Amino acid sequence: MTNNFVFEKDLAAKKIHVVREFNAPVEKVWKAWTDPDLLEKWWGPKPWIAKTKTMDFTVGGIWLYYMVGPEGQKHWSHVKFTAIENGSRFAADAVFSDENGTVAPGAPVGHWDNKFIAMGDKTKVVVDLSFDDESSIKMMVQMGFEGGFTMGLNQLEELLAF
Amino acid sequence: MDIRRDIYQAIADPTRRAILMLLTVGAMTPNAIAGHFGCSRQAVSKHIQILAECGAVEQDQRGREIYYQLNIDKMKEIDRWMEAFRKMWETSFNQLDDLLKDL
Repeated sequence: MTNNFVFEKDLAAKKIHVVREFNAPVEKVWKAWTDPDLLEKWWGPKPWIAKTKTMDFTVGGIWLYYMVGPEGQKHWSHVKFTAIENGSRFAADAVFSDENGTVAPGAPVGHWDNKFIAMGDKTKVVVDLSFDDESSIKMMVQMGFEGGFTMGLNQLEELLAF
Repeated sequence: MDIRRDIYQAIADPTRRAILMLLTVGAMTPNAIAGHFGCSRQAVSKHIQILAECGAVEQDQRGREIYYQLNIDKMKEIDRWMEAFRKMWETSFNQLDDLLKDL
């Protein structure tokens, strides 16, 4: 099955645009993106796992979770929902935090805008991620590197061969 | 103290990004680069120095003139990290595919 994965970066504009189609109706895809028990099953790229401490999926509500790596290392994230259009769109501000959700001063904030578009039995998800300041880009790619580094030897080899 | 710079500092400033864009066309002297900007020669020269320290540009001595050219390999570093980021998403999305099958 083709999933029409699109990943476009505009570093100068501090934006990333991602499109992906899923072979499931929009209700299910929406649930998988917003239910903490389901998020745990896919949000963390293997071998990382996303574990939720608290989730309040309402406008102004917080999702506090961490990614745990194969050596037990944890990265906490504090996500504040800024807009919810039930079943079709939500927006959130994400920032790295500690386990209490305390955010370091000056930590880069990622603004997520996720749209869910029904296409018959399939769903198209459109993610627009933007950052306020330049240092966020560096932070983001460092996280990407960390993920890439632990993704397993085959993928790492692919990365290094780039 | 040794100043450590990396490629992200190269692109973290609009003037420096503009200089890099200019140099995609070809190598240029500092004077020629400065001619494209409203700020002072000293300011442009400082940006070029930072770009050189980041490894984003390299010097090429041609007779009495110094030319600056893009260091393509160094610029690819950015793409490499972005590729890692893209792969993370791809991995998560494939996991979501599996989850949706059973949902």
